[in-house]
Amino acid sequence: MELAYTPKQKAFREEVREWLAANQPTTPLANYDTREGFEQHRAWEAKLFEQRLSMVMWPKAYGGRGCDLIEWLIFEEEYYGADAPMRINQNGQLLLGPTLMEFGTEAQKQRFLPRMASSVDMWAQGWSEPNAGSDMAAITSKAIRDGDHYVLNGQKTWSSRALFADWLFGLFRSDPASTRHNGLSFVMVPLDAPGVTIRPIKALNGKNTFAEVFFDDVRVPVENCIGAEGQGWHVAMATAGFERGLLLRSPARFQATARKLIQLYNANRQSADRDPSIRDAVVEAWLGAEGYALSSYHTVGRLSRGAQIGAESSINKIIWSELDLKMHETAMRILGAHGELLSSAAQAVEGGWLDGFLFAQAGPIYAGTNEIQRNIIAERMLGLPK
Amino acid sequence: MDFTFTDDQLTFREAISRFLMTEAAPEMLREIWETDTGRSADLRNKIAEQGLTALSVPEQFGGLGMDDVAWALMTQELGYYAIPDSLADTAYVVTGLLNGLPDDNPVKARLLPRIADGSVRLAIGHPINPLVPDAPLAEWLILAHGDEVHAVPRAQVDVQANASIDASRRLGLVSWQPTRDTLLIGGEEGRALWADTLNRGALSVAGQLLGLAQRILDLSVDYVAQRKQFGKPIGSFQAVKHHLADIASKIEFAKPVLYRAAYALAHGDRRADVYVSQARLACCDASWLAARHGIQVHGAMGYTWEVDLQMFMKRVWSLDPSWGDRATHKTRVAAYVLSDEARLGPGATFED
Repeated sequence: MELAYTPKQKAFREEVREWLAANQPTTPLANYDTREGFEQHRAWEAKLFEQRLSMVMWPKAYGGRGCDLIEWLIFEEEYYGADAPMRINQNGQLLLGPTLMEFGTEAQKQRFLPRMASSVDMWAQGWSEPNAGSDMAAITSKAIRDGDHYVLNGQKTWSSRALFADWLFGLFRSDPASTRHNGLSFVMVPLDAPGVTIRPIKALNGKNTFAEVFFDDVRVPVENCIGAEGQGWHVAMATAGFERGLLLRSPARFQATARKLIQLYNANRQSADRDPSIRDAVVEAWLGAEGYALSSYHTVGRLSRGAQIGAESSINKIIWSELDLKMHETAMRILGAHGELLSSAAQAVEGGWLDGFLFAQAGPIYAGTNEIQRNIIAERMLGLPK
Repeated sequence: MDFTFTDDQLTFREAISRFLMTEAAPEMLREIWETDTGRSADLRNKIAEQGLTALSVPEQFGGLGMDDVAWALMTQELGYYAIPDSLADTAYVVTGLLNGLPDDNPVKARLLPRIADGSVRLAIGHPINPLVPDAPLAEWLILAHGDEVHAVPRAQVDVQANASIDASRRLGLVSWQPTRDTLLIGGEEGRALWADTLNRGALSVAGQLLGLAQRILDLSVDYVAQRKQFGKPIGSFQAVKHHLADIASKIEFAKPVLYRAAYALAHGDRRADVYVSQARLACCDASWLAARHGIQVHGAMGYTWEVDLQMFMKRVWSLDPSWGDRATHKTRVAAYVLSDEARLGPGATFED
């Protein structure tokens, strides 16, 4: 055990810090759920890519920097510490990327990964369907082989970024006679293909945060299938744990929120201390965020010794989503009657707490509800019967 | 940056675990409960043979010279098997204190080799604990008089025994008079030593609590897998699963917090106080929830004397406020986090 950074790691941190200080946007980008904001974010991602900072842990050949996971954690710390813009191609970069890395052909990797790293291609995901949410194996959307193409029919939903994204990946039933986990294929679909219809879903904040995607005889070449036809479930699950567990939400994001919360509390102490439980919740925020950071470093250490991530990915998901929720709830309690005000309307309310509070409501739901995560922990880690 | 244990550390832990599994089974603990002393000389000798009492005694005094990081693993095993012995107090906490004395202090040569070979039992009376564990049984007591550290032979103290709900804990209220002969060190050095010892005691409890949480989880998993209602194992019901998943999550969350605290202590990190208290809070959370959910999924059986669960729950409840209650540790963390000197935010986790 050696809990200190090497000179090389320190130098990398310094490099990232200096580059961000010199290059990150000085004014906030427009909201990414608008076309204007989406393109501003795309341009920022491209700039990160030029510096080979968009996907630091990817191999150089695919647009990355060949960093290890410790360096990735350092990058994340600097990125969130600098309050740099929200990354919006994570569906592709963090969920699809590792899947391509493990199951893609060399041609697929070369075709898709560099464009994903540079966000020339923005990706949306297509897992959920109206009747396949927590029960993802109930998928009915089809990809039926016709010569060297699949013909896609059906509907996906809750697809973040789909409104402006270029591509979608997801699971489709390629064997019409199959049921449940069998007969599914992992397919990538260009969203400008004929027969694709995208309908925005307005979220509770009034923004078009996600979309429904309809497929009506959409033809996709067979080389857009990742892994063997019919093996889609296996392909999706094999990488699901790693990205959901470690990559999707790095601790830095929550440490930044905890710091903001402590500052908010310190600035409003007189009012906040009327309820002593607020002070405790603020201290708990630090304990939670710091604990999650330690947990990530610990996991990276174990992975470096050849361990697999397993059900702890489900534990991580519960930890960060519940932590995020609690921190934003605490902030709302400190803000009191100012909490409901939109930042644009109220000079007094800085920091985007309301937006964060709303988004935090989604945390225990997306990427597999926390109830499903608890089932996974109980069944796969503790071995309890189904 | 390397957040892993060495193969040696892991192998040693594994060996201790295998040993305690057979030598400290619950039925043996129950037998030891019934004895007057509540201790088994046989068990303690066997533990010494495994090298556990020598773990942090320096090599020059016949020990293995390992540090707090090794104890972060070993204390979990002591907790997991609910050892009816304050072994960690002698072998870890007192040894740590003695190691902190100047090399020419004769007490080191007198006691450390005997700690290593397992032939001496020591008790420690830190001011934070109102009662002294194993005071009635110890050959020597390490006691505080203001900032002074004293080593007092059993014959020179008066001990009033106090029974605990955990029959393995033999606590005593100690009355004594400091003398020039018993004084080991005082003043600023004494104060620093007591502060350091508080951290070691708190970390020892943290590790034991985490081990206890794991034991309760394991017992509960076994129980819900075999107990049937409505024609199925109750472990197949989601409400029961989620109780146990929550324990598992708290345990996994607490582990790295414990390990970092141990590392900080071993390396004299200036934030060691905060990190130790952080570990205590995480381990208290895990073990307290384990006890609550553990008894819940055991149903009425969990409330009986017969089922072993009670042994581990009672140890959790007893240790929870030992070496600083949660308020103590929360206060230390809060004082740092809410202070101007706190380093907050991403990148501040491992400070140089």
